[in-house]
This record gives sequence, C-alpha cells and structure tokens, in this order.
Amino acid sequence: MYRSLRDLDWPLLIVTLALCTLGVLQIYSATLGTKWEDAWWKQIIWVGTGLAMMWVVATFDYHSLLGRVIYFYIAAVVLLLTTAVIGNKVFGSTRWIHVGGFTLQTSEFVKIVLILLIAKYLTDVKAGNLEWKDLAKMGAFVGVPMVLVMKEPDLGTALTYLPILVCGILMAGLRWKYLLIITAVLVVTLPIGYHFLKPYQKDRLVSFIYPDRDPKGTGFQVIQSRIAVGNGGMWGRGAKESSQTHLGFLPVPHTDFIFSSFAEEHGFVGIVIALVLYFLLIMQVVQNAQTATDKAGLYICMGVAALLLFHVLVNVGMVVGRMPITGIPLPLMSSGGSNTWSIFLMLGLVNSVRLRRFVN
Amino acid sequence: MAILQREHTRDEELTPDRLLHDKPNTASGKIAIFQYLTVAVFVFLVSGFWKLQVQNPDVYSEAAERNRIKSTPILAPRGKILDRDNRVIVDNKASYSLLLNRDEIKPEHLPAIAEALQLDYSELSKKIRRMGSIPQIIIKDQLTRDEIAWVESHQDAESYPEMQLIKAWRRQYPQDGFAAHVVGYVGEISESELDLPQFIDYHQGDIIGKDGLERQYDSTLRGVDGQQRVLVDNMGRERQTETTQEAVPGKDLRTTIDLDLQAVAELSMADKRGAVVALDPRNGEVLAMVSRPAFDPNKFTGRITRSDWDSLATDPHKPLLNRAIQAQLAPGSTFKPIMAIAGLETGVIDDQTEFFCPGGASFYGHYFACHLKRGHGRIELHRAIAQSCDVFFYNVGNRLGIDRIAQYAELAGVGHKTGIDLPNETQGTMPSTKWKMRMSRQKWYAGETISVSIGQGAVTVSPLQILSALSGLGAGGKWYKPHLVKGQAPVLLRQGNFNPDNLAKVISGMYGVVNEWGTGHAAQLPNIKVCGKTGTAQVASSDLTKGAKLKSNMANNAWFVAFAPMEAPEIAVVALFENGEESYNAVPIVRDVLKAYFDKKARESEAQTARVRRFTPPTLLTAPQTAIAVLNVPLPGGVVQ
Repeated sequence: MYRSLRDLDWPLLIVTLALCTLGVLQIYSATLGTKWEDAWWKQIIWVGTGLAMMWVVATFDYHSLLGRVIYFYIAAVVLLLTTAVIGNKVFGSTRWIHVGGFTLQTSEFVKIVLILLIAKYLTDVKAGNLEWKDLAKMGAFVGVPMVLVMKEPDLGTALTYLPILVCGILMAGLRWKYLLIITAVLVVTLPIGYHFLKPYQKDRLVSFIYPDRDPKGTGFQVIQSRIAVGNGGMWGRGAKESSQTHLGFLPVPHTDFIFSSFAEEHGFVGIVIALVLYFLLIMQVVQNAQTATDKAGLYICMGVAALLLFHVLVNVGMVVGRMPITGIPLPLMSSGGSNTWSIFLMLGLVNSVRLRRFVN
Repeated sequence: MAILQREHTRDEELTPDRLLHDKPNTASGKIAIFQYLTVAVFVFLVSGFWKLQVQNPDVYSEAAERNRIKSTPILAPRGKILDRDNRVIVDNKASYSLLLNRDEIKPEHLPAIAEALQLDYSELSKKIRRMGSIPQIIIKDQLTRDEIAWVESHQDAESYPEMQLIKAWRRQYPQDGFAAHVVGYVGEISESELDLPQFIDYHQGDIIGKDGLERQYDSTLRGVDGQQRVLVDNMGRERQTETTQEAVPGKDLRTTIDLDLQAVAELSMADKRGAVVALDPRNGEVLAMVSRPAFDPNKFTGRITRSDWDSLATDPHKPLLNRAIQAQLAPGSTFKPIMAIAGLETGVIDDQTEFFCPGGASFYGHYFACHLKRGHGRIELHRAIAQSCDVFFYNVGNRLGIDRIAQYAELAGVGHKTGIDLPNETQGTMPSTKWKMRMSRQKWYAGETISVSIGQGAVTVSPLQILSALSGLGAGGKWYKPHLVKGQAPVLLRQGNFNPDNLAKVISGMYGVVNEWGTGHAAQLPNIKVCGKTGTAQVASSDLTKGAKLKSNMANNAWFVAFAPMEAPEIAVVALFENGEESYNAVPIVRDVLKAYFDKKARESEAQTARVRRFTPPTLLTAPQTAIAVLNVPLPGGVVQ
C-alpha cells in the first residue's frame, strides 16, 4: 500500500546515518587496544541489519500492527519473564537472553510494544479527555513491564518507558484538573517521602536498585566523565589522543559513556555538531507526527520522539554531570545491538506513518 | 525548525486531500510545547558542555593530567662528609621509603596501612592533615624487607593504590656518637623552621640538616631531587616513561677533621664528660672535636621515635649539647697566661716581679686562698705560671684592674664567639665595669677582680674559646677563625702587637708547666717541646650545671690547654674533663692527641715516597690495653680495613 522508496523520510535517514557514522568512528577510537576492539564492525552490522528492519517495519501498515498490539504486549511480558528465568547475568543484572548467536536485551524491544500499545489505547478512547480509569489502565499496562525490568535490575531502561506514557497522555489531552491534581500529588509526596527516609535508607534505596552495578562508586564515574569532557576543551584532543578514554579512566567509553569519549576527542565543536544532529533527528520525528493522517500515527511518532529526547537528555546529561548515572545508552551512537535495533525499529514505525500520510 | 517549516508549507498545499481524515488538529499546540521542551533540553545540555569545555578547560585538563601522570620523586643523595684526607665520615645507604599519593588516599585505608607498617595511626593521620599542600607524603623510611614485600603485594588498584615505594638514601653516621656533635644529624623540617626566611626554598617533608655540619652546610650537602613522570592507566599500570629529571646529588663536604686524631680524642674521652678540641693555630683548622656524652645520630635519620628523643632531651648530662662550643664554664687557671701577657704588656709587672705566697692573701677585706695551701713562698712570673700560683695572679689582677684584664682577654677572644662554622656557638662572658653596668646596673667592685684574675668569678669560656685564646698567644699573638671545612682561606680575626720578649716569657712559663715539674708534666713528649696550662675550675659559677641535682656535678672541672712545638705551634689541644676533680686528670687526654699528631707526622715523613693513606690505629702511651680497643672503635665503613 506504500507509495515508493522515494517517499521514505530521507532527511531523517540521513541524520540517522550521520549519527551512526559518528558512533562507529567513536567506538573504533575508544576501543582501540582494548578487549572490545571488534565493537566497531559489530556496530556496522547492527546498523546495517537495523536499516533492513526499519525498511521491513516501514512496509507494514501501522494500523495492522496496532490491531495486533495486545499479542505483542503479551509476548513482551512473557519475554521479560523468560529473561528473568533463563537470562544471562552480566554485571549483576539479568537483562539478556540468547537467541541464536545473539544476546538480546529484551527490555529494549518492549519500548516499541509500549509505543504501539499507548497509541492504540489512546486512539480507542473516544471521549476527548481521559478519565481516571484510562489513566489507571495505561499505568498498569506500562507498570507491569517496568516492574519486571526494574527487578532485573535495570532502573535506567525501566525509566525510559515513562516518557512514552507521559507523552501519550499529554498528547491525548488531560483535563487541567487532572493534570493539576497529579502534579500536586507528585510535588508533595515525592520530596516528603524522600525526606522521611534516613540517609542510610536513601543509600539502601539506591543500592537496592543497583546492587553492584559499579563497584568503584558512581561518584568516580561522574568525576571521570566530567574530567574527560572538560579535557576536550573547545577543539578536542583529537581522535585516539584522549587520555581519559585510552588509559581507561572513563568507564565503558564505547557504550554508556561514548559521548564523554566523543567530547574529549572532538571538543565543544564536536559535541555541538552531534547535538545539532540529535536535535534534527527528534524534530524530524516530530514533524512526521504533525503530518500524520490520524491520531494513531501522531501518537506513535510522538512516543518515539519522547523516548529519543529522554535518552539524549539522560545519557548526555549524565555525561556532563547534570543527570544522575542511570546507565542508559545514547541512541545510534552507543555500541550495542539491542538498542540500535530497537531505535531502527522505532524509526521504521515513524516511516510507516509517513508513508501512509496520503492514504485513505 | 527549518525543516519543520518547509514541510509544513508543503502540507498546506495538500490540505484538500487531508481534510477527509481524522486530522489531529487538537494536538498541534501540544506538539509545539514538545518542540520548545526539546529546544530547552538541548540548550541545557549544550550549556553543560560550555561550562566544562570552554569556561574553564584548564581545571579539567590538569585533572586529566593528574589522572594519567604519576610523578615519582627521585631523591638526591646528600653529599658525603669527608675528613681532611678524604676519608668518609658520613655516608649514604640506599633504602626504600614509602609515600602516599594524596589524590588517592582513602581515609579508611589508613588504619590498615598504619598497622602493617607499625606506625601510630593517629600520628599518621595528623601528619597527612598537616601536609595539606604536599601531593606525596613520605610516611616511612628504611622499610624492612618484610615491609617492602607487604607494600608490593598491596599497592594494586583493589587494595591500597595510594602507596608508592621510592628509593631513598639513608644517612649513615659513625656508630656510638663518634664525631656526632661535629657532623650533627638530619631530620624532617619542622613547622617553625619552615616559617624562617632562610628556609624559603624548602617544603614540608624535606629532610634538612638539624645540627652540626649537616645544618651549617645544608645548602652544600643537599642535592636537588629529580622526578620521573610516568604515564599510567586507571589500574595504576605504568605504560611509558614520559620524562625523567635526574636528581643532582649534593656536594661532598671535605672537612678539616683528621679521623686519626678524632679517634684518639674520642677514645681518651670515653666514659668521661667534657670536650676535646684540636686545632691548627696557624690557620684555625679544627683537627678534632669531641663532646661527651654523645648521642647516636643514626637514631635521628628520618624520623626519630618519641621515646628516643625524650630520653636524649631530658638526660641531665645533656648529650645533645656540643660542649666544645656550647659549654660556658669558668676557665680557672687556664686564664692565667692571658693575665701574664696583660701584666707584662701594661708594665704592671715584669719577669722579675716577685710576690710572696703564704697560701693565700687578703684583698679588700676578703681572704683568697691559693690552691697550694702551704704556699709557694717568694714567686716570680715563670714559676707562677708553671706552678699555677693563685696569689701571684691575685696581685697581678689587682694591679691591672678589671678593664685592662678585659681588654687583653677580649683581644684573645674571651667573651666573643670564635665564629666557627657550626650552629649555636655560645659567646661566653668576659666581665668588665661596662659589662656589669649593662647587666645589673651596678658598679664593679675591685674585690671582684681578684676572682677573675684566676679565671673564676663571672668569666666563662667554651673549650674552643680558651683553646683559641691560648693557641693564638702561642702562635705569636695571631688569632685565626676556627673552621671545620677544608679549602677556606684562613681568616685572621685579631692580632696583638705584643712585645716578642713578653710573649716569649709567657710561653716559657707554659713550657715550664709541662717540662719543669709543673702542673702539666704528664703531657711531656720526647723531642717535642709542649707548652700548656692546666686549670681546676670551681663549678659553682657555671650556668651549665647550676641547679643540677647530681652531686658529682659539684666537683671541680679539670682543664688542660696545650700547644706544640713551642717555637712554631702546629697543633693546639684543649681538654675539658667535667668534674674531673684535679687538672692533672685532663692532661693525659691532651697528651694522647698531641702524641697521635706527632706520631702520624713522623710516619708520614718516613713514608713520604709511598703515600698510601690508610687508617692505622693510633697507639696510646698510657693505656696499651686500649690499643686493642682502638680496633673496635666503630668508624664509618671503609675506614677500618
């Protein structure tokens, strides 16, 4: 039913591939001489296969996907449960399952299911505004996989499900009264609840969520990341010349902290270029939301945009020390198959929406 | 946004087609809000990078450098201290020290480190806090083999990465306090010293000379520490050496000390309290200097333990005091040659002037005894010096008056520092009317002059001072500045325009002391004309022992000063034997040193052709059994073969 290859979102694809290129180059530079030396060509494979997946998804009519979303959702929950049972334990948390020769981080693919589920639910709500029971239902739909992922434990990825829900609700339209009540309840309860905790309880809360994710202390990672970024200066230290990255002071410089490594090697100028690319990426997804022919398409695109924005904010914010360390990857740049694929699948959904904007 | 606008206008053209659909018009405002939010997020992120990378990049590039560069100090060895024949007195021994890198110190590691290295935890943490500005703190020197092994197995990233072993040089001093007061010792610079202007170039934790030559010539002896900068990774593994700045070793210090004479002097002072100094009156070179009791400077190298320090500092015999230059004692009869030259030069007596000594005399209503109770009878200058008649010199002093005595005594150096190149020399006291007026705002009473005439009363000297004073007379009225470092041009301090005949008469009297059955006859040497003067000084006036609880401290101090040969003195020696009761107890000490000097001179002229400089144990006249003990005199390595 789609028009042709010509109607794909080429600006979006160009920006995406530009970011992937920066990512692959940075992975190459950051892992030179380490045990992850082969990560850069693996990343190329993931980007290539990701592109194919994007193409496949784009050919599907998103309405047909929405119609089957409840099966996807059940499959996703089962997958998460399976992960909990047979998954691989790495760094003290169980996130991966073996499929063929690959290890898949199941929680990454849940994102797509949730985007579709929220879009489906919101389009089915006929009334203009959401009622409490709608909010409760959607909360439950998102809450179940969130709790499962948190238990892995992987708070970072679990948190990425929230912007999908929040963005969806706000786009669908929430009564001002509801918005005020929810905001008021959150504003009052969160700080009070936190303050009622004793310092050791706060520590326990954090260590409950992250038992031994980073044995050297998150403070160390924050400091080292800030030093790496600051060391880059205006023009950067040059590729492969960064001491923080290459002497191992920067934790995981090819995955979660790839932007620290990038900032150290390419300086302020480099990060501005990269951030402009991310800005264009998100804006292009938003633009697809604006041109979508129906609300379902809008919700899908906005869900993807919100998720991307959240990823960039939390990951890059962590790199500059303005966000707590949560350990979520930077979309398209961080090395890793599951995340790269899930982003391309989402971009496939966006293209699917775009390709059908003129269809009856 | 540009893309957005462009796309939007294209959409406008297509509106007829789109109107048929479920167009989400209601959402356009919300999408705009999302777009603004996105802009805000990116501004927030870019501002974070701006702050870190552009506003103050130096902070972080320095932090990155501190991360990757481990700099290890290369400690410079201090210069050796050598004797006049370039034999080693003070040497260095390679050892290992442990330092902590401040950036990596974790307070919770300190108890374990302190325990393993047997350090006091509270002192260690106090020290680390005190040296707030020092990036690397040496916490222990001279690590034992076991401690080195422990450090090496615990300095990995998982245990105590702040620990770093460095090669250091341990000062190796002669054993048993040999020449301890001359060479001094080194120690960590103190807070109070750091505040002094002369230590402006020094840092916390530096090892500096604390006393003796180590302190006086610290700038010569100390080298310049080098530094090695090594690139390290996050596990502390060394990747490559960036730069190495070699240490510049300190310069060796060649002293005027003659180890042979020093050894003899040390041995003859064994088990005694007091001092021996030998110098060359022709130029002021100090050949030997002993002060007893002594201390072991090896205990000071690096960090002395508190109990060791307390026992030294509170010892009533004051082992830390260099008696040779710091004792302030009445010179007793050793002052008489100065009285004699003053009397002759001023003309109040001549060599024929006779006084009658019945064993004492009364002046100004007080009776002053002579040390010889039965009296010397009629006595003239020569015999008065040789037999040390007090009554004769009471009369001389009475005729001279205190100010003329002071004039000649000060010419000889009494009451003035000699200026020797050692720290903390005392200046002694030579009383005069002006001195008394200045000190106590009182007039001088003529009766006080009588005690001063025999070197009692307010007059005090250090052994070096009285040695310099008398040897200067012996050398024809020329006083050179005593010094301990070779290669300095002699400094003539003062010169007396004496009538040579008068000087000859005084020296002849001093010859009589040794050679004509005078008080110092035990100092006779075959074929050498030794001149000298004994002294038996009461200690009541001594500041040093005032208030001392030890009863033995009230016994008289024995003095003997001698020089030889009579016509052209080459060596002068003083011995102070504290509480030695009678002056003749000090005489053999001086004689041993003089004999060792002339024996060595004879040996050297015999062996002029084959100038093999090798230490040979000196032989002693009085105590042949100690000749064996001489072999055991612990001398620095390489001296005793």
